[in-house]
Amino acid sequence: MTASRDASTDIQSRVIDAIERRAPLAIVAGGTKHFLGREAQGEPLALVDHRGVVDYHPEELVLTARAGTPLSELETLLAEHDQMFAFEPPHFGAAATLGGTIAANLSGPRRAYAGAARDFVLGTRIVNGCGEILRFGGEVMKNVAGYDLSRLVAGAMGTLGVILDVSLKVLPRPRETMTLVQSLTPRAAVENLCRWAAAPLPISASCIEGERLCVRLSGTVSALAKARGTIGGEVLENADAFWLDVREQRRPFFGGDAPLWRISLPPAAILDSPGEQMIEWGGALRWLKSNAPAEKIRAAAAQHGGHAMLFRSQIRSPEPYHPLPEPLMQLHKRVKTAMDPHGIFNRGRMYAEF
Amino acid sequence: MTDSGDPTIDKGELVAALRRFLPDDVILHATEDLRPYECDGLSAYRQTPMVAVLPRTIEQVQQILRVCHECGVPVVARGAGTGLSGGALPLGDGLLLSLARFMSILDIDPANRTMRVQPGVRNLAISEAAAPYGLYYAPDPSSQIACTIGGNVAENAGGVHCLKYGLTVHNILKLKMVTMDGELLTFGADALDAPGFDLLALATGSEGMLGVIVEVTVKLVPKPETARVVLAAFADVEQAGAAVGAVIATGIVPAGLEMMDNPAIRAAEAFVHSGYPVDAAAILLCELDGTAEAVADDIERVSAIMARCGASATRVSRDEAERARFWAGRKMAFPAMGRISPDYYCTDGTIPRKHLPLVLRRIQEFGRKHDLAVANVFHAGDGNLHPMILYDASRPGELERAEQLGGDILKLCVEVGGTITGEHGVGVEKINQMCDQFSSAELEQFHAIKAAFDPKRLLNPGKAVPLLKRCAEYGGLHVHAGELPFPELERF
Repeated sequence: MTASRDASTDIQSRVIDAIERRAPLAIVAGGTKHFLGREAQGEPLALVDHRGVVDYHPEELVLTARAGTPLSELETLLAEHDQMFAFEPPHFGAAATLGGTIAANLSGPRRAYAGAARDFVLGTRIVNGCGEILRFGGEVMKNVAGYDLSRLVAGAMGTLGVILDVSLKVLPRPRETMTLVQSLTPRAAVENLCRWAAAPLPISASCIEGERLCVRLSGTVSALAKARGTIGGEVLENADAFWLDVREQRRPFFGGDAPLWRISLPPAAILDSPGEQMIEWGGALRWLKSNAPAEKIRAAAAQHGGHAMLFRSQIRSPEPYHPLPEPLMQLHKRVKTAMDPHGIFNRGRMYAEF
Repeated sequence: MTDSGDPTIDKGELVAALRRFLPDDVILHATEDLRPYECDGLSAYRQTPMVAVLPRTIEQVQQILRVCHECGVPVVARGAGTGLSGGALPLGDGLLLSLARFMSILDIDPANRTMRVQPGVRNLAISEAAAPYGLYYAPDPSSQIACTIGGNVAENAGGVHCLKYGLTVHNILKLKMVTMDGELLTFGADALDAPGFDLLALATGSEGMLGVIVEVTVKLVPKPETARVVLAAFADVEQAGAAVGAVIATGIVPAGLEMMDNPAIRAAEAFVHSGYPVDAAAILLCELDGTAEAVADDIERVSAIMARCGASATRVSRDEAERARFWAGRKMAFPAMGRISPDYYCTDGTIPRKHLPLVLRRIQEFGRKHDLAVANVFHAGDGNLHPMILYDASRPGELERAEQLGGDILKLCVEVGGTITGEHGVGVEKINQMCDQFSSAELEQFHAIKAAFDPKRLLNPGKAVPLLKRCAEYGGLHVHAGELPFPELERF
């Protein structure tokens, strides 16, 4: 465990100084999500020294920690109390922090069955673009006082403020876990996953690689035994390592130089795009390795009411995120200005426009 | 009051402007026709609107908002009017926009487990329409027979199953919203996430301040195979509070975990005969759902925990009828209060669960201070309190005392690290307490967000987020780090 340190006022001073000089800041903690999105313009603002657990009471199911706290430390602490981040965040490197995870709203294999990072955010403390330290939400499960700016900040890639602390709902770890593997065409596998998701089955992850479907079950021994009867397949050995590799994009599928697209779709949608696919989240998340033009891939996703993001590529794309319709882009700019009137934070990190 | 000052047109001119594009049966302007809209579920506050409209199409909503935007007429949107914080209280110089005619289910997609509905569709009607597919919509506010999905989104409504299944914000995918200038926007997607900022989350619980919700796509979830309830009685409220923490600490996430204190038990039992032990200081209702086997395991564990925490009696529902009976008393707790007291005032704070015993004790002290009885029902699993303050509005001063008592309770919730509203919203009811919970800089940030959507502040003005001036008058300002709050304002 590294030393706990509250650097809130140092960070606030840096922001105030940057505002006075109108000098944009590029927020950085562990740097493991640097590949995501666009390159931010500005002087680096480091958060790694702002770290440590602020509050954790396992029986409250709430953990509050500073943004620069390593994700792995928090997961170790939770595991000691038989608890977890139910959104199963990918790390993409040993230095991954809580702040980066929330800023990027990254979630892993359990997302379709438990919720995304943003779903577990209960409250945040931020420095806004006026250099003020503000607190929104709190450490309680239900809170509808004021606009939900904590969730707005989650996934905003640091463009709306510097996240200082985050309070998250945590959950008990499942008592038992079992992964079942079977051979199926991707289309049949997606059909099955959609049918199973409409039934009360304890599914906690799914992955379709080629013609192989893996389904993870989590719950009581008796519930798993019963669900196995419905789902079928063989028990996968070393399943924890398999899901870790899926989460961290270490499966063979993720190798090679082709651009990797992250396509978010209604789960039952049939995606007709040239390239190799890996499917997670019961069908709702499609990883696509493809050299097809961006417009084609985006049009295919949009046709089903979804969207496509260029997740990794050899050459950084000027437009990794799915473009927004003009009225929505205008609103984004106004929201950005409301939080960061001088355009100090992570300028251009999401879209070139703000 | 709006920033743009008074409307530039009077009632007659507004009606004439609306008639240019709306059929007559969409516009209400006679006093007797406007009366039904004068209040929502917080009936202590009443105001007849200048004009009410009941449009049928999104285009009509856009046109209405454009006219009001141009003429500086404030607009209050309204669903079923079941809200408990006065969020739909009209303005005397404003237009009341009822979404009551938007009551169609537009699309059910069982394969993707979603339903696209208009905002005036009732919460329960969604689950009823999903039932043939073995699916339902999880958030179940106690008003679910009457309340509509548009209002649920505007308030981020909860219910008794939130701990396991989440609030409205966790159970919707996409919204269509018309902003004050008549622009139709879509937030969210048919997929699990959408590009850009999470405006879906921002709009949820925004209390009609940012836009008018005209369509909602909800997520549907499979009905659990089985659900059973453990009813445990305690001779001591603090033991019951400790049992709540003990259940959670063992790693069980109950579908519902509710608590009632003795006055609430007595009132409910007299009304619906659920078989509650009327001598108990508190009861806990713990619902467990899932596969039959998993529920049987959990029932055993929960019963053992209750006994270990000092429960004087524990019963487990044997069948659906008994489960419904156990819940009936809890679900009818509010009307049950209506039978024993001429009026009651229900508040809605949330606290960290560990402070439950302290807060309960203090609530009773506040009751004695203001000379009013308080009965308590809680969503104990979420730490969400619903103290019901019993009073008689016909006795001079009692309403004011009830409101003061409610204010004391909410202030206490903030002091122990909680919030002034868990699920009912701020509305007009808790607008002063917002000054207890947030600093001037935080309130200003909310106003800036509001201005990004509605720069003229015409949507639901005077609700949800207080102006700094109001906080200064209320005097309920908290001082951060020795700084005088609102230094920019005169003291008076």
